[in-house]
Amino acid sequence: MSQADPNHKDHQPAADNRYAGLLPLTLFLACVAAYVSLLIGWELFPRLLYAKHEQPIDFNHALHVDQLGDCEGCHWFREDGGFSGIPGNFTCTECHMDAIGYDPEEIKFVEQYVYKDREVDWYVYSRQPDCVFFSHAAHVLGGEISCETCHGDHGYSEHLRPYYENRITGYSRDIWGEKISGIHQAPWEADAVAHTDEEEYEQPAPADFTMPSMKMDDCAACHYQMKGVKREGCFVCHK
Amino acid sequence: MKFDRRTFLTLGLGAVAGGAVGINFTPVPWKLTDDVSIWTQNWPWTPVPQTGETSYKQTTCTLCPGGCGVSVRKVGKRCVKIEGTEGHPVNNGGVCLLGNSGLQYLYGPDRVRGPMKRAGRRGEGRFIEITWEEAISEVAEKLAKIRAAGKPHTVACMTGAQQDTVSALFARFLEAYGSPNLFKSPTAWDTQRLSARLMCGLDAAVGYDLDNADYILSFGSGLIDGWGSPVHHLANYGAWHDPDTKEKAYLVQAEPRLSLTAAKADAWVAVNPGAEGPLALAMVHVIIADGLYDKNFVNSYTTRFEDWTDPDGRQQAGFKRTVLENYSPDKLAKITGVAPERVRKIAREFARARKPVAICGTAQGDQAAALYHVMAVQALNALAGNINRPGGMQILEAEGPFPWPDVQKDAKAEKGLEKPRLDAPAAKPYPLADGLIHAFAGAVLAQKPYPVEALLVAGGDPAYFLPRASEAKKALSAIPLVVSFSPVFNDTAMYADYILPDDLYLESVRDVPSPPGLVPRVVGLTRAVTDPVYASRPAGDSLIAIAKAMGGTVAGSFAWKNYQAALKQAMGGKWRTLSSKGYWIDESPAPSWTQLFGGKRFSFCPTPPAGGRTGMKPQPLVVDIPGDAKSMPLLAVPVKSMQLENGQMAATPFMMKTIPDTVLDKADVLVVEVNPQTAGKLGIGNRKAARLATPFGEADVLVVHNEGVMPGLVGLPCGFGHAGYSRFVRGKGANYHALSGAVADPLTGHDVAWGVRARLTQA
Repeated sequence: MSQADPNHKDHQPAADNRYAGLLPLTLFLACVAAYVSLLIGWELFPRLLYAKHEQPIDFNHALHVDQLGDCEGCHWFREDGGFSGIPGNFTCTECHMDAIGYDPEEIKFVEQYVYKDREVDWYVYSRQPDCVFFSHAAHVLGGEISCETCHGDHGYSEHLRPYYENRITGYSRDIWGEKISGIHQAPWEADAVAHTDEEEYEQPAPADFTMPSMKMDDCAACHYQMKGVKREGCFVCHK
Repeated sequence: MKFDRRTFLTLGLGAVAGGAVGINFTPVPWKLTDDVSIWTQNWPWTPVPQTGETSYKQTTCTLCPGGCGVSVRKVGKRCVKIEGTEGHPVNNGGVCLLGNSGLQYLYGPDRVRGPMKRAGRRGEGRFIEITWEEAISEVAEKLAKIRAAGKPHTVACMTGAQQDTVSALFARFLEAYGSPNLFKSPTAWDTQRLSARLMCGLDAAVGYDLDNADYILSFGSGLIDGWGSPVHHLANYGAWHDPDTKEKAYLVQAEPRLSLTAAKADAWVAVNPGAEGPLALAMVHVIIADGLYDKNFVNSYTTRFEDWTDPDGRQQAGFKRTVLENYSPDKLAKITGVAPERVRKIAREFARARKPVAICGTAQGDQAAALYHVMAVQALNALAGNINRPGGMQILEAEGPFPWPDVQKDAKAEKGLEKPRLDAPAAKPYPLADGLIHAFAGAVLAQKPYPVEALLVAGGDPAYFLPRASEAKKALSAIPLVVSFSPVFNDTAMYADYILPDDLYLESVRDVPSPPGLVPRVVGLTRAVTDPVYASRPAGDSLIAIAKAMGGTVAGSFAWKNYQAALKQAMGGKWRTLSSKGYWIDESPAPSWTQLFGGKRFSFCPTPPAGGRTGMKPQPLVVDIPGDAKSMPLLAVPVKSMQLENGQMAATPFMMKTIPDTVLDKADVLVVEVNPQTAGKLGIGNRKAARLATPFGEADVLVVHNEGVMPGLVGLPCGFGHAGYSRFVRGKGANYHALSGAVADPLTGHDVAWGVRARLTQA
């Protein structure tokens, strides 16, 4: 820095000229940085956050629904209201004690899991933290909500979707929702409800179907809407 | 533009500010905050329940003799909850604290995880793991050696109180091996069975149809403290007090302490300790004197009620005259401590009730009862004419031994079986003695009639439950070979040379005899709800393997492939129902009096099997508790509760959590109950530390004033002071059994001590 003479204050303005253009440049840089941040936040972040996994067995829901007629052959309610959400080998081996077809996925299942008496470590799209109590019976039997409202046309998919695991929490991307913004249509407004026409069920699930998210706000929103309550008690879900 | 420090800082700040503003318009901060908060819930040390398919498996609980059907909820392969089985004839969906927390036995630290061999001193609890092959061959080799030396009779076996196929197999093993020394733990139910054999002339178990009774006169039976089939009776108690129940039952509880049952009863009679039998006799007097008995039954189906002539032609006083002359409530008032008017009132209510029943077996019925007490109570039932009637006492005819082929015995076995039993000298004075387990330790230590070379402990926990447990522990230390089959490290297992751990009731198939006193009979079956958690094996299989390894006739007597085959054969026609349903219920109607007695009669003064001319006349017996009344002026009586102990297993960690500090102090000191009047005389304040001394030991206690216990008594909770099990149970409080001694019944010789002399001194 130049040696400033405290007696010659008049010289100072001349020094400002040296920084002419700094402000616009700073603003420009700030804009660029903001843009980069936006890019990182919206594009790179979700890619880094989630790890993609394929399911251990590519299960064909459509084929099974076709053979069994409905969801309840495998996903049934127990007398106590418990729900067979992810049926274990016990259910599968009612038919698949041995391979009954030539599909490599079925052969893999029988050889790797049935013969070795091992349960399949499915990636569960809907797994919630243990502090959450969710009863299918209350929603499906009590609330008369159809399976498709929450699960979409899952029953007509021929392949299982990849599972996106949140690297921090370990839960599925489906809990937050596919959109990183976290802004979703409420389940009762989503496409799934529109699929009430029998004919539409004949079609495989549309590729662009997005699952409704399964965060606490989603539960609450639906409870306000469907139950007509203004507030929901904590203990309803947190036992 | 000059690029200097100022420019650099300004531009840098601008970029950072821009970036910061920008990032706030992305989901990054919000999503990260959310994810991090969820991440904190999943730290690896946070316990998380297992995931998997939910299923329910049915089995029968064997933690106490109650025989409840239980339903085990499983998630994946893990058992997560035990509930009562809905619709089960014993417990219909109910479950007790012990049964509910049974999984703490399955997965808990008390388990013996595989066959073990002692590595430390006896009682120290240091073991090394060995393989099953080693365990079986080493035990079989040692037993074979004793037998080869011509001393098979020096091997003893304890089977506990249960009379299932496993204990029958051990009895069979001893017979084939050549030893008469089988020791069972006698219970009040055995005394009742003996009494029925004498009075009815039938080998039969006794049951009480409490579901249908309307007046229950209980002589100390802890109906809601774990007596008989605890959950069944708890449900009964609930039903009697349910506003919707039309037929209410009236419960009279006679016992010296305000137990839970007494507190919940409709009337509590504070009878002197040990004087329940005399109280029953006083009531018999009232019923006979007032002519309130069932004359049809007494006249047509009983004998020796009136005076009778013995085979020598001499006139003998009948039951009626004996009672009327000697046992009026006034005459017995001193013994019973109950006002004669009160006795009369209750006796009349009992006799006038539509479906009265008198029950006995104090507290949980797990200790033998004085035979004269039981006979007085059965006489009350006979006078009420309730035998085999709805709501009455039921005679459940025994089914005989299991249908197995005959035991093969060689010369060695025959010779060994001819030898006197270890308890023969102790049993000599008692005409009806049939195995005195409390004399075992003394015989071992005295080495009379002969030294004991080996002990197999297939059931029970003698180091804890035998009176004078310290003597029992010394005896266990003196036996060269002790083999325990316990699935848990109980007090006895700590003294074993080998532990060959049995499966728990959730891990393998085994029969569960009908719960004592239950009507109708329900035989249960345990099932393999889960694969064995550790390297345990059914005790039946271990025994068969040992027998096979010994060869000869011992192996020949155990020709089954495995225990399962022996069980199936033993159950015979019941097996199909048992294996499909999980229980078998006796649906045959109760035989009528004519069918039941078939020419014989109910004898009020039966002739004992050993003979005798006079018959057994009723006696107002109160067994005397030995000891110096001057130096030990108090009487310590056991306090039993389902919350503390039921059956032969210690409380679970979960149960320990439910015990209030009015029973076990925070510093794990045993709390004893003393009447404020007595405590005042002793100068011991409420919740003050004291030293309790009995002729058999001492313990530090905390005295709590309780008006529910008679003056002069000390209520001593049972179930504490274990030396085995896990740190959750071990070393808390003091063991009542270690402080008490045995008192023999004058007829059966069984230990019928109702308490122990004691002294309390201020600490």
